[in-house]
Amino acid sequence: MLRLEGLTKRYRTGDLALDGVDLEVPAGQVMALIGPSGAGKSTLIRCVNRLVEPSAGRVLLGDTDVTALSGRELRRARRRMGMIFQEYALVERLTVMENVLSGQLGHVGFWRSYFRRFPASAVDMAYATLGRVGLADHVDKRADALSGGQRQRVGIARALLQRPDILLVDEPTASLDPKTSRQIMRLLGELCAERNLAAVINIHDVQLAQLFVQRVVGLRAGRMVFDGPPGDLTPEVLTTIYGEEDWTAAARRRGAGGEADDEAAALDEERMAGMV
Amino acid sequence: MSATTWRRPPLIASPPLRWALIIGALVYLALAFDSLQVNWGRVAEGVPRAARFIAAFFPPDFTSRWGDILDGLLESLTMTVTSTAVGIAISVPIGIGAARNVAPMWIYLICRATIAISRSFQEVIIAILFVALFGFGPFAGFLTLCFATIGFLSKLLAEDLEDIDPGPAEAVRATGASWLQWLNFGIQPQVMPRLIGLSLYRLDINFRESAVIGIVGAGGIGATLNTAIDRYEFDSAAAILLIIIAIVMVAEYTSSWIRTKVQ
Repeated sequence: MLRLEGLTKRYRTGDLALDGVDLEVPAGQVMALIGPSGAGKSTLIRCVNRLVEPSAGRVLLGDTDVTALSGRELRRARRRMGMIFQEYALVERLTVMENVLSGQLGHVGFWRSYFRRFPASAVDMAYATLGRVGLADHVDKRADALSGGQRQRVGIARALLQRPDILLVDEPTASLDPKTSRQIMRLLGELCAERNLAAVINIHDVQLAQLFVQRVVGLRAGRMVFDGPPGDLTPEVLTTIYGEEDWTAAARRRGAGGEADDEAAALDEERMAGMV
Repeated sequence: MSATTWRRPPLIASPPLRWALIIGALVYLALAFDSLQVNWGRVAEGVPRAARFIAAFFPPDFTSRWGDILDGLLESLTMTVTSTAVGIAISVPIGIGAARNVAPMWIYLICRATIAISRSFQEVIIAILFVALFGFGPFAGFLTLCFATIGFLSKLLAEDLEDIDPGPAEAVRATGASWLQWLNFGIQPQVMPRLIGLSLYRLDINFRESAVIGIVGAGGIGATLNTAIDRYEFDSAAAILLIIIAIVMVAEYTSSWIRTKVQ
């Protein structure tokens, strides 16, 4: 489904965020990408849909070489990749329905979307998806009227409206409480199983990841240092990924993001710069 | 054993530089005040003249020039509304072009230059120019206010665009949206309340400016006011001033009420 070949990203600041990553994700596989802050996890999933431009290497989605596309072709490829964000990234002043329907933007023309005249099939799908994620009663609320867990469900529904083949999920639970985090991860797992969707999930919470994914890939300083089933995450492996720490008492939750680091700053700059 | 003390680090670390700047600023200020040379004798003579002048405004006379006042008012309001509408229509694309996170570099530079030109001239100066080009009357005023609106609205819109939350914009782009769809879904909702607020504020400013530029020949209530003063009809001038104040206050309260509604 998704294949990365020698994917490398060096930011203009000189930081090497990704260093020749080779990775293959088959259809329907839910994979967690773990690693310390600054290891390149966010950069990796943003290089896949080219919100960030890779410096070298290839991204293949099925038979399509995403790294070779531009303009309309790139937008077509992006439709096939649903993205879900840590801070939900909803447009707060739009309604839940508008946020969800924005997942269809790659499928409809400008004027249709401008007047919010989406095709009946899209509206049907939006209602069905909102029902599936448990938000049937919140259709016309503004996105900023929802709780964190509800917002993330809107984010998931938006991604599903793209009718994607793969989900790129960036720290879906880092802004949520432990119970909501589990619900969201479970929902993601179920949805991927229902629709035979592949998913790459960046996540800090290793134990949460272990509960809901079939495969774990560990990233450290832009290189893959682990690839295996969740059961193989021994204290030695965690030391390889994160560095020395007492992993035996790993019952506590690991720090959930928010640490300022060079990668985050460089990434921020690039995210906006790429929008022109 | 001495008590531990702590001081906030000063803004300028070097003490000689710090003191040089402080003393330099104070000395300059003292010399500047000294050079003003207020002539208290003249001030004393001016006070009764001012009293006579103000007294001439009372009682305000709304009736004898009412026809002229009404014509001037309608002309000003027309000028205000049309120039604000056209100004907004031109400002929005320029504002989008002048936001670094939305527009490519060359468009950005063109739009920023346009804004800089529009902002570098005061309305009165532009009005004098347009009156010279197109003759007396409200058309020159309309053009002046359009031009001034562009500098104001584009700049503030561009700054608001540069301050948006990049997260939602990124998310909309990730769906495969085109550039226009990205703008409409990811960006526009974030800046709309401010754009509406600024537009209303500009409507308000344009009305006040229409009174000022009328004095240099650009039509409207300003022209009526100027005529009244030239004819020493200070009571009519007072009536005009009161009407301007009333309209500005109504505009002020209406626009702030609307602004709280669109948040």
